[in-house]
Amino acid sequence: MRADRFQKQPARWWSSLIWPLTGLALLLLFNLFFTKGFFHLEIRDGHLYGSLVDIINRGAPVMILALGMTLVIATGGVDLSVGAVMAIAGTVAAELINNPKVPFPAVILAALAVAVAAGCWNGLLVTLFRVQPLVATLVLMVGGRGVAQLITNGQQIYFEDPRLVFVGNGHLLGLPFPALLSLGMLLLTAVLTRKTAIGLFIESVGDNQTASAFAGVNARTVKFLVYTFSGLCAGLAGLIDTSNIKSVDANKIGLSLELDAILAVVVGGTALTGGRFYLVGAIVGALFIRTLTTTMYALNVKSDVAPVPKALAIIAVCLLQSPAFRRRVAGWWAARKS
Amino acid sequence: MKKYQVAKRPGAGLANSGIWLALAACCVFLSSCGEKPAEPAKPAAEGAAPIAKKKIVVGFSQIGAESGWRAANTESIQSEAKKRGIELKFSDAQQKQENQINALRSFIAQGVDVIAFSPVIVSGWEPVLQDIKKAGIPVVLTDRAVDAKDDSLYATFIGSDFIEEGHRAGEWLAKATGGKAMIAELVGTPGSAPAIDRKKGFEDVLAKNPGMKIIKSQSGDFTRTKGKEVMEAFLKSPEAKQITALYAHNDDMALGAIQAIEEAGLKPGKDILIVSIDGVKGAFQAMADGKLNCTVECNPLIGPQLFDAVEALMAKKTLPKHTGVLESVYEQSQAKDALPTRKY
Repeated sequence: MRADRFQKQPARWWSSLIWPLTGLALLLLFNLFFTKGFFHLEIRDGHLYGSLVDIINRGAPVMILALGMTLVIATGGVDLSVGAVMAIAGTVAAELINNPKVPFPAVILAALAVAVAAGCWNGLLVTLFRVQPLVATLVLMVGGRGVAQLITNGQQIYFEDPRLVFVGNGHLLGLPFPALLSLGMLLLTAVLTRKTAIGLFIESVGDNQTASAFAGVNARTVKFLVYTFSGLCAGLAGLIDTSNIKSVDANKIGLSLELDAILAVVVGGTALTGGRFYLVGAIVGALFIRTLTTTMYALNVKSDVAPVPKALAIIAVCLLQSPAFRRRVAGWWAARKS
Repeated sequence: MKKYQVAKRPGAGLANSGIWLALAACCVFLSSCGEKPAEPAKPAAEGAAPIAKKKIVVGFSQIGAESGWRAANTESIQSEAKKRGIELKFSDAQQKQENQINALRSFIAQGVDVIAFSPVIVSGWEPVLQDIKKAGIPVVLTDRAVDAKDDSLYATFIGSDFIEEGHRAGEWLAKATGGKAMIAELVGTPGSAPAIDRKKGFEDVLAKNPGMKIIKSQSGDFTRTKGKEVMEAFLKSPEAKQITALYAHNDDMALGAIQAIEEAGLKPGKDILIVSIDGVKGAFQAMADGKLNCTVECNPLIGPQLFDAVEALMAKKTLPKHTGVLESVYEQSQAKDALPTRKY
């Protein structure tokens, strides 16, 4: 596998995007023919309204999670705790917003700060104590929800504060705010990783930690940073999800979204073994997963069987991604022709 | 509604003396001690006065804290246990059956007197219930039933009749719409007893009203997030314009759907009539605001009934297999008055 990298010139950034984009395009094409009104867009109450808007809106938390997850996976790690961190950030925000003494910016900052602290905790476990990322983040995945439950006392918290509600429901220039937030996060992440050396450091640590250490890259700092960043992303996703339904339920918010985020990253072309990463790919992956869910709703597929077509579609894209699979299919094709 | 005879608390005393006498019996009949320590002592206990007070220990496995309803249910059980001086071993399953089975097994290992639980889903309980039966611990099901052929596996089921709730929701809607409605349905978690039965009860009413039809049906998993998400999809479907009513299997999904309806520029409660089940405080608020039309109460405050049953079981009484819970149907006109008195 490694030899491949040297024989062929590294692919251009868009070439890895082809396969997830093909998947997404096929799915949209399917909807064009089989789902009536899927592409219907209109302006209602001064903002865009339609299924496509829903996909971007409801997909925003996973898109943002996937950005942080991409960087973590690029270092060869994984962050299982993002769903639980979402729950913690959401409960902190909901708990504070109902306290009139706390100013609004402090509410947002506190929620994000707690999420960043959770990310730091993961980073510390992975770097300082050399705990396997899977295990280190599993601790918070299991325990984090308990922390969130402690904050809310096991109760649901409702809020009506228009500023917090705006985060998940608002519109800016007719566009949904969660979508703008994820676009902003994508740009921020892309600039941070592609316009500075940190992106290269992340890839080198994920590709070959020893070699990058000899080259003078401090793997510990790099890893610590990516887990912290993943925490921040989870906090933001938690805010969006909480705000969306004007209430928080520590047990349900972000439940199993860590898996969706990992899936989005993989569909987007980043290998779980680390190394090269694709931010736009992860976003496309997240959109793909969300489009699948919305398609299931639109086609009225019963929710107890919906996971089956979803799994099939995801497997198809993963197979498209796999060079080994493509080579084999090409081999068969050539054999049949000759 | 069936009611069982409540023992006026001699249960604890009997059990206590039983254990003390079992100890005594162990000393005298050493040979019988190994196999069934408590058995030989029981008949002798009848006449004996209670010697010391030993706490009844109840293991309770809760589904989770998915809604305000559930939180009230938990609170009622915990506070009633405290009031009666019963030791409650409480375990939260976080919506997972495997967690719940683990909790039940640990209750067996801890040797609790009675096991109570609200099963997450209806199927797959027989092996663990068999084990509990072998351990000689009576089981009380609360709120949700299980799908077990052998009904000797549990002592009683205390909970609402979900089919009846579906019925009441359907009948209210039939009355409100004059038997003419195009209905969107938000189903609960697939495979769970309330989702299956609330659907069935509702559909029984539809069978009698040919003018009422379910044109959209999808699971919202009993959560607000999914309720909103699914309603958004409903409102974008080609059938969206026909929808005149919404039936949600719980209030949380209805509350989520109300948000989606508002965002679509429609008036919930007017353009689309909404009936849901549970009767949580948020639903009463929504009714007072005119956004929800009706909620069928599903009373979570079953703590007193649960521990009545536990004490009756400790007194070796047999209970009917199903014990109903007191509940009613609320409409918008009653919402404002009822709102301050709602505990959950």
